[in-house]
Parts: sequence; structure tokens; C-alpha cells
Amino acid sequence: MESGIFHSTYEKDMALRHTPIEKIRLALVIALVLVFPFFADNYLLNLANTIGVVVVGAVGLNILTGFTGQISLGQGAFMAVGAYTAALLSINWGAPMWLTIPAGAISTAIIGAIFGIPSLRLKGLYLAIATLAAQEIILWVITHWDAVTGGVDALNAKNILWFGGESHYFSEFQFYWIIMGFAALTTMVTVNLFRTRIGRAFIAIRDQDIAAEVMGIDLFKYKVLAFATSSFFVGLAGALIAHWRQIVTWERFTIETSIFYLAVIIIGGLGSVSGSIYGAIFMVLLPAILNNIGRSLKGVIPAMDVLIPFIQQAVFGLVIILFLILEPEGIAKMWKNVRDYFRLWPFSY
Amino acid sequence: MDKFLQLTLTGLTSGAVYALVAVGFVLIYKSSDVINFAQGEFLLIGAYLAYFFMGQLGLHWSIGIIITIIVAAGLGVIIERLVLRPLIGEPIISVIMVTIGLSSLLKAMVGGIWGTNPQVFPAFIPKTEVHIFNAVVTADKLWAIGIALAFLLIFTLFFRYNKEGIAMRAVADDQQAALSMGISVQRIFALAWSIAAMTAAVAGVIVANVLEVSPNLSGVGLHVFPVVILGGLDSIPGALIGAAIIGLLEAYAGGYVGDGSLAQVISYVVLIIILMIRPYGLFGQEIIERV
Repeated sequence: MESGIFHSTYEKDMALRHTPIEKIRLALVIALVLVFPFFADNYLLNLANTIGVVVVGAVGLNILTGFTGQISLGQGAFMAVGAYTAALLSINWGAPMWLTIPAGAISTAIIGAIFGIPSLRLKGLYLAIATLAAQEIILWVITHWDAVTGGVDALNAKNILWFGGESHYFSEFQFYWIIMGFAALTTMVTVNLFRTRIGRAFIAIRDQDIAAEVMGIDLFKYKVLAFATSSFFVGLAGALIAHWRQIVTWERFTIETSIFYLAVIIIGGLGSVSGSIYGAIFMVLLPAILNNIGRSLKGVIPAMDVLIPFIQQAVFGLVIILFLILEPEGIAKMWKNVRDYFRLWPFSY
Repeated sequence: MDKFLQLTLTGLTSGAVYALVAVGFVLIYKSSDVINFAQGEFLLIGAYLAYFFMGQLGLHWSIGIIITIIVAAGLGVIIERLVLRPLIGEPIISVIMVTIGLSSLLKAMVGGIWGTNPQVFPAFIPKTEVHIFNAVVTADKLWAIGIALAFLLIFTLFFRYNKEGIAMRAVADDQQAALSMGISVQRIFALAWSIAAMTAAVAGVIVANVLEVSPNLSGVGLHVFPVVILGGLDSIPGALIGAAIIGLLEAYAGGYVGDGSLAQVISYVVLIIILMIRPYGLFGQEIIERV
């Protein structure tokens, strides 16, 4: 029986996990991730891979929006930069994957930093509108710069293992390990980022930018850095999509994508790395589950086939609205409440 | 010269639609500090309601338009009460996201009820050709500009002389002072949303008449951002002038530059430039906090 968590040393205070239960839970999650692909069929693997990519992108967006407080509606276009960079490098120069994926991430970080410069003058909804413009402009450039990007036509990315090699076929099972590896890496880097000076500066900017500046945080430097770090992971997600799906089209990276990722981090929990993961799982599984329910109801309601996409879209909107009204801090907070209730039971107040 | 005149008229037509949508947008922002991403969906719903009453039920156009406007106003009030009011005082991102969620929900409802195929609208404004100097335009475009101007004139008078209109300006100016003068701020919020839904619905009817009724109409909602930023987020005259400028700019860019694809993006380029040099727009209040 506990009444709270108390620390007696600085080492304990700095630890990421405080109780034995937390360590056991983490071990169980890791075990599940490792065992899962051996029992899952292709459909489930595909869903898991989607979740993995969304985790990378959502953690990236959360660094910017959740932790630094800069709203971005340009996520989709930044992802496109990563995806197109990776795809074009593999197609034009036959660059291997271990080079194209980091290249996609780094190029997106640079573009993100450039579009982060206005954030010095713009705050809140003005910044949101500026990133909306960035989204439209970047996507327009991609669809109209025919000589480089092939315009509106889709690109076929190649999964090359070594220079001069041919495109290699990866199964969903093999990609599971690549994507989960990157997702785990992203999570670990981000969790630890917020235990460093840089991460704390981001949080200080979010909480009160003027106070942060008074305390000696160079706002320009850290805001641009936040855009670059966030875009790095967003671009990473884009590059992973390029190699995993192999077909890169601009339609994957519209404003809808930006909105989807914002929804993921809001439903999961703004400013929470684990929240990004919960949000990703929830938002990827929700339409899939609705789809399956809809299909099974086809016998009862014949028009279900046509209605499914609309039901998915309506539920998407409804879930955002309900979460914002009922639990603005998202699934992360709900999960914490449940945990605290049981851990502190019967003195849970 | 013909081409110039032609493009000018086309630009003013889309400018008229932008203006109607933007006025509602500015109204909501002025009174409650909410950026409404669902403004385009209000237009979409207006267009489909008008199609439903006039095309599917076969009502006379005058009755159809009146019912459309009434239903839209009611929808605005319901949305304000159920969705926006619980979020008063929440951070900007929550308010932005809730209107984005709303836009998704409304779009899905329209799609679920009427499908995604474009519908032919029973045009009640004739599309006869009119010759102005050497340019040829269809009459409905001129009517669109006329109707928009008429509505905007009504609103200007409303804000100037009507008690409710003056109360709305008071709330926009200072909520606490307005409250202490016995103005119900909640009522004003509801009024702002219903007026925004109404003007957008009128814009929807106009677009439906000029083009067609299809789910793509909600795209106008995003095009309104350059308009309101250019004019100033809290200025109604700014919204009108911004709408005219953006409408013309898109028309000229589409007509004169290259293959015309620049028209899709030119307004966003203007948006970025304005945000960088004059974020409060041409007529907005200068209360930008510098960081």
C-alpha cells in the first residue's frame, strides 16, 4: 500500500521509471513487441507497421507542438520532403536505404528549420496559419516541379541494400523490425531529450516564452532547433513510408495528413511521449475496427459499403471533439488516472 | 483588354464568395477569439441544403433560400452551444482542433447523406450571357457580386444601427465591459456563430448556382485564410477588401502566368509575406505581441 512516490536521492528523482511495477510493465511491452510478429498475419503486421510509422511522426510533431508549444499544420508537407528525398535518392542515384533514410530525415530537418524562422515573429494561431501556408506551398512545389519530383505522378522508391544493387523485396515481417527499430529509437531519443538542457529549454518556451528568454534561453536558436528536431523525426517517418510502401505520391501528404497527426497527439496527450504512442495506436486501430464492424454489418445494411468512409471520417471528427471537451489531456492522462487509482487504492485522493 | 476585363469579373465573383465566408470568419474571431476551420463546411452545408430544398423537394427558390438560411442559423447556434462553449478559456490549439474536428464531422455527414458525386443545381439565377464592353460573362456571376454586396451592406448597417449589432461590437471590444453593461456575452457568441453560418450558407448557394454542388466546395474554407490575414483578422471592411484582392490576384495569376497553376498557391505566398511584414493585416488592430 502506497500513498505516493517519494524520492530520497537525486539519482532516484532523475530515473525514468520509479517503481518495480513500471519496470515490469515496460518489460512486458517489449516482450509483446518482440513476440507479436511471429503470431500475426500480414494484415495485423501491416497495421503494426502503420502504427510504428505514425509513432515516429507523432513523436516528432509532439516535440514541436506538445513540448515547445508551436502549432504546426505543415506536418504532411514535411513528411513529403522526407519521403521524396529518400525516394529520389534511391531512384536517381541508386543510393542504399541506410543512406536514403537518414538523408530524408536530415533534409526535412533543414526545410523545417527554414520554415521555423517565422516562428520568431508569429505565435499561436498566426503560426498555425503560416504553417498551413507552408503546407500548401511545399506540396504545390512538389506537384509542379516536374523535372525533379515527377510532378503529380507517383514515384516508385527502390529498396537498395548496397550501391549498384538491385531493388530488394522486403516482406511486411522484415519491415516490422526496421520500423519498430526506428520507432523505439525515436522514443528513446525523445524521452531523453527532455532530460537535457535543450529539451528543458523547449518546455520553458512553451510555458512562458518571455520568462524563458529572461532566464537566458536564446528564443530564436531554440525555436528553430525545435522545428529542426521535430522535422527530423517527421522526415524519418516520411522516408520510412517511402521505402515501406514504395509508392510515393503527393496524395499521402496533404493537409489531411497534417490534421491526422495533430489529432493523434491531441488524443494521445500533448507533451507526452507515451501519449504519442497511445494516440498512434488508437487512431490507426479506430478506422480499421470501424471498417471491420461495417463489413460484418453488410448483410444487415446493404449500403454499408458506401457509408464506411463517411462513418470513419465522422467518427474521426467526433473523437477529436469529444476528447477536447471531456479529456483535453488525452489518453495519457486517462491511463495515468487509472494507474494512480489502483496504485493508491484505497487512499486514492 | 477583353481578357483583362474577363479575368477581373471572374476574380470579383470568387472575391464575392470569399467575402461572404470571410465575414462570418471575422465575426467569430472578433467576438470570441476562435479561428473557425469549419467555415468552408458551413458553405458546403448551405449549398447542399439549398440543393435539397430546391432541387430534391422542388420548392420555389425564394422559399428554399429562406429555409436554408434559417436551418444554417440554427446549426450555428447548436454548434456554438455544444462544441465551442465547453472550450472557452482552453488553449488555442484545442480551439483550432475542435473546429477541425467539426469540419471533418460536417463533411462526413454531407458525404454520407448526399454522396460524393457532383449534383446539378437547379439554377435560379439565369446564366444568360452579358456583354460588358468586349468581355462576355454570364449573368449569374454579376448577380453573385450584387448579392454579396447587398448582404455586406446589410451587415454594415446592422453593426452600425441595430442594438444587437452594437452589442456585438461591444463584446468584440471588451468582453468584461460589455458584461457589466448588461450584455449577455453567451448570447452574442451564439449570434456570431449563427450569422457566420448564415453568410457562409448564402455563399454556398451562390457557388452552387455558379458552379455545381460537390463536396469540393468546402475547399473555399482554406482559401479564406489569406483573405482574412491580408485584411486583418478582426476587420470586416478588411475582409471585403482582402477578398477582392485575393480573388483578383488568383484570377490574374491563373490567366496571365504560365499554365495558370500558380493560381492555386499565389494566395498562400501572399499570406506568408503579409505575416512576415505586417501580421495584423491591412486594417487589423496592431496588438501583436513580440517575442
